This record gives sequence, C-alpha cells and structure tokens, in this order.
Amino acid sequence: MRYYTLLAFLAATSLSAGDDVPGDSQKIIQKNREFSETEITIKPGEKVVFKNTDDVTHNVFSNSKVNPFTIKIQAPGSSSVVAFPDEGVTDVRCAIHPKMKLKVIVKK
Amino acid sequence: MRNRFYRLGLLGIVTATFVFRVAGDDKPYDRQEALAKYRRPASVPCPEDNRPSAARVDLGKRLFFDPRLSGPNSISCASCHNPAFSWGDGLPKGVGFGSKELGRRTPTILNVAFGELMFWDGRAASLEEQALGPIQSPGEMNQPLEGMVTKLQNIPGYQPLFEKAYPGEPIAPATIAKAIATFERTVISEKAPFDDWVTGNESAISASAKRGFDLFNTKANCAACHTGWNFTDDGFHDIGLVSTDIGRGKHLPQVEAVQFAFKTPTLRNADRRAPYMHDGSEKSLEEVVDYYTRGGTTKRPSLAQEIKPFVLTSGEKDDLCNFIRTLTSNDQPVSIPTLP
Repeated sequence: MRYYTLLAFLAATSLSAGDDVPGDSQKIIQKNREFSETEITIKPGEKVVFKNTDDVTHNVFSNSKVNPFTIKIQAPGSSSVVAFPDEGVTDVRCAIHPKMKLKVIVKK
Repeated sequence: MRNRFYRLGLLGIVTATFVFRVAGDDKPYDRQEALAKYRRPASVPCPEDNRPSAARVDLGKRLFFDPRLSGPNSISCASCHNPAFSWGDGLPKGVGFGSKELGRRTPTILNVAFGELMFWDGRAASLEEQALGPIQSPGEMNQPLEGMVTKLQNIPGYQPLFEKAYPGEPIAPATIAKAIATFERTVISEKAPFDDWVTGNESAISASAKRGFDLFNTKANCAACHTGWNFTDDGFHDIGLVSTDIGRGKHLPQVEAVQFAFKTPTLRNADRRAPYMHDGSEKSLEEVVDYYTRGGTTKRPSLAQEIKPFVLTSGEKDDLCNFIRTLTSNDQPVSIPTLP
C-alpha cells in the first residue's frame, strides 16, 4: 500500500485543464469511457499525459510489474502526467471503468 | 420582497441549468443524441477460444440447472440465478450451503455476456473463471472441483454431451466452465418498449417515461454509471451505502476510489429484481430513487464524485421509475432441461 502510494506520488503529477503537454510526452485522451489509443510505444523516461475529457471521473492506474502507478481521482477536464522510467510493458486501466485498457510499451 | 424575487430568479436559473444541461458537461442536452447511445448491439461477444455452438449451449444449460454440481447435490447455479426472478433470487442476500445467508445479494446473470469483470467486486476476469467460483465456495455450493469432475464422469449421459460440445477434451473444470459460460451468454434480455422508442416508435412508451429518460440523462445523472444499451458502465462505484464490506477495494487496496465500490448492475428488467443494491437494502425502484436523491448515506473519501444530493418532485420520481420500467422486456419463458 505504502509502496504504491509513494510511486503514485513520485510518478503522477496533476495538471489543470488546458495545461500544455510537456515536450517529452504523449497525450492520451479519456473520452466515452475509452482511452484514445489501445497501445502506444514510448522511450524509457518519457511521460504520458492522461486527460479526462469525459463528464465522469476516472482513476487511471497500473498493477504491472514494470512502471506501476496510481493516479488519484481525475475530475472531468483534468490532466495528469505519468513517467514511465523502465523498459517493458505496462498495462494501464481505469480502476473505476475496467473496460478502459491501454498498453504502454517502453523500449529504447 | 425584492430579495425574495431575487432568490426566486436565482432558483429559476439554477433549475434551468439542471434541466437543459447534462450534469457535469457544458453541452446542452439533446434527447435524440442521448437516445443514440442506447441502441442495442448487433451481436453478442464471446472469447476466441470458446465460440458458441448448439451443443455447447445445450451442455451448459444442463450443467447450469444440475444440482449435482454442488457438494450436497441440492444446489444448482439456477437455485440462486433463477430465471423466474430475472436470473436472481428475489432475496435481499443470497442463501448458500446449509441455508446460510451470504454477504451480498445474488447478482443477475442477465446480459453478463457484455460484462468485463465478474462478481460484485470484479474478482473474476471472465465468465469462464467466474463459473467455477460459487461451485467451490464452501459457503455457496461447497463442491471441490475434483469431486465434481468424478461425479459428472460417473453419470453416463454426460460423456456424449461433452464429446459433442468439446470433441477431444476431457470432462474437466475447464470444459465445465466453458459450457456454463456459453449458456450464460445466451441469457440476453429481449427487445423492450424502450428499444422500440430508440428505433423510432414514438408511441412505444408514455410521455411520463420519456420525461423520465430526460431526467435519467440530466438532473438525476443516472447515466453517469447506468450507461449504454445494457444500462451499466461495468464499473465500480462507492454509492455511500453503510457497510463494512469494501467490495472492489479488497482487490485494489491502493486505489481509494474503489474502496466500498461495487459493480454497476444492469437496469434491464430491473423491476423484476427487487430488492436492490448489492446488499438488498432498498425494497423498490422508488426507494432506490429516493436513496440517490439524498446523495447516499455515508460520506467517505471513496464516495463516487457523481453521488450528490438533488431534488426531484414526486411527479419526476414517478417519471423516472416509469422510464426504468420501459426497460423490461417480455422475455420468452425458460424451459428447464432434462438432466442426464
């Protein structure tokens, strides 16, 4: 529990609606209870911005062995940035809406 | 006087905002646009490694109704998932082995083919995985899997049914689960009056029910979770019921939002499945609507953001309940299979 909380604190940073996407990052939109992509490939250390454009709250997280994280509740309109430092595959879900699935492949 | 006029004016503006805007969205509400989100799907999903066939459905149905899948040979899947009660049991909480009450209400299996995670707390990733859970559970059917396989192997009539359904595969937990899951995927609610309205028949439901649909998608905000043709997001929400059962939280302890959270049930045929909620604590649809207008009972950090108090007139409550009743279909009666 503490481990996940610490990881979430270190890895996920909240942005307010309308914030710019940091240079070394990709953007994933949450709309109609779906992620805008089902799979993305990024480089180690790259960040992903998760933006909730739905009218319901989401809670993006991953229990994968590689790059696990938990973003706390994302209100409609808000964004969060997650860093993926390690190589491997991270399966991302919304804890509230399990049909939302995204695979993040991290490789050099 | 002027102050009262000002307050009334403010109330009017607030009310207009609620009526004409989708809760939490800046976009004006459009009934036709909302209706389009509830169209019935053209096909039923199934896994690649367990495609349906008549033989598989037939075997699965027999297994579903066979009490010999339980330790005492007296409890079948259908004992709790009874088609006469819209595939539930009509009780506040399920009753299992030894007639002991379980911790949660029996969920319906209606339309589970479209689900994502199974059980109230989502602990099974597929219907195949789910099917073996209650069989083994000491509190439910209390039948260790090894003993179940031996029993079925010793019933002569089952061998040809398995061979026809899954040629070359043994009578084993995996084949038993696949057959039961295949049958369950055939349990689909048929077209309801609401579906006729969606496809353009304006006289299919009453004016009251139409107003209820508008409330469902705006002020009452039911559609935040009860969304899509099956009226569920297959998601997990803490709706503020007083409980020591943390539901989904047991399986995702690091996620605050799913503590005390349970799966959103379908509203299809809901008026045939009272009482309601995962704990059976609300006796009628009217009580459920009242519960949500209060914004739940327990305010805690995990309470879903969408659960907020709101005001409905008694006429609006009637409209909302009348709408939900239009989701009930006049399904064909279910025949009970002869067991081998």
